[in-house]
Amino acid sequence: MQHCLIEIHADELDLAHWHKRASELETDDGAQVVFTGMVRGGDYDVPVTHLFIEHYPSVTENEIQKIVQAAAAQWPISSCIVLHRVGKIHTAQPIVWVMTQSRHRAAAYAANEFIMDYLKVAAPFWKKECFADGTERWVAAKNSDRDKYRQWLS
Amino acid sequence: MITIKYFGPLADEVGTSIETLAWQGGSTDDLLDLLRSRGAPWSSALAPDKIYKLAVNQQICHGVAQIDDQTEVGILPPVTGG
Repeated sequence: MQHCLIEIHADELDLAHWHKRASELETDDGAQVVFTGMVRGGDYDVPVTHLFIEHYPSVTENEIQKIVQAAAAQWPISSCIVLHRVGKIHTAQPIVWVMTQSRHRAAAYAANEFIMDYLKVAAPFWKKECFADGTERWVAAKNSDRDKYRQWLS
Repeated sequence: MITIKYFGPLADEVGTSIETLAWQGGSTDDLLDLLRSRGAPWSSALAPDKIYKLAVNQQICHGVAQIDDQTEVGILPPVTGG
């Protein structure tokens, strides 16, 4: 892989900056796939106002690096950027941003989805939902996320 | 001494995110047995049927690992990022 960047951000992600940075990578690729995960607020009767995300510094970056390496071992991606927020994140703000780049779109799409599926079950982040009525609760790990991760193993 | 870090809902459950502990050497299983022997909330939060991972010196363990003195041990409940 020619370019790999993994960063954890406590402040809001400047997506215009990161799109520009991704466009400036010197490659001969024909495909760039970007996934942006946003904070949803309307899953429950009481709206979520924001999330609070905790992580395990340095372990997080190492685990994401392993995920990206596993993706690069399966698909010929030339470049990858993974950004993830921590701390307080309001609804509609980006929480995660994954860019994968390859000569052809199939590899860029597949690698991007693989990275997201693995990130959700393997990277040490913990998400707390904070509601408009002042209550808060830790989000439980979802079976659907584990199922999506397992599909890559079969 | 070893340093133990707890994360996410597990930190809330045991009431702390970090502690230091006198350590004579042993494995990750020995550490879990020692913590469970404190009784509630440790015994329930770290019960064998609960799902969590351990990281020794910031490397996530797959199986039982040795813990030396001056080690950092992280205890990680199921993750929910992305």
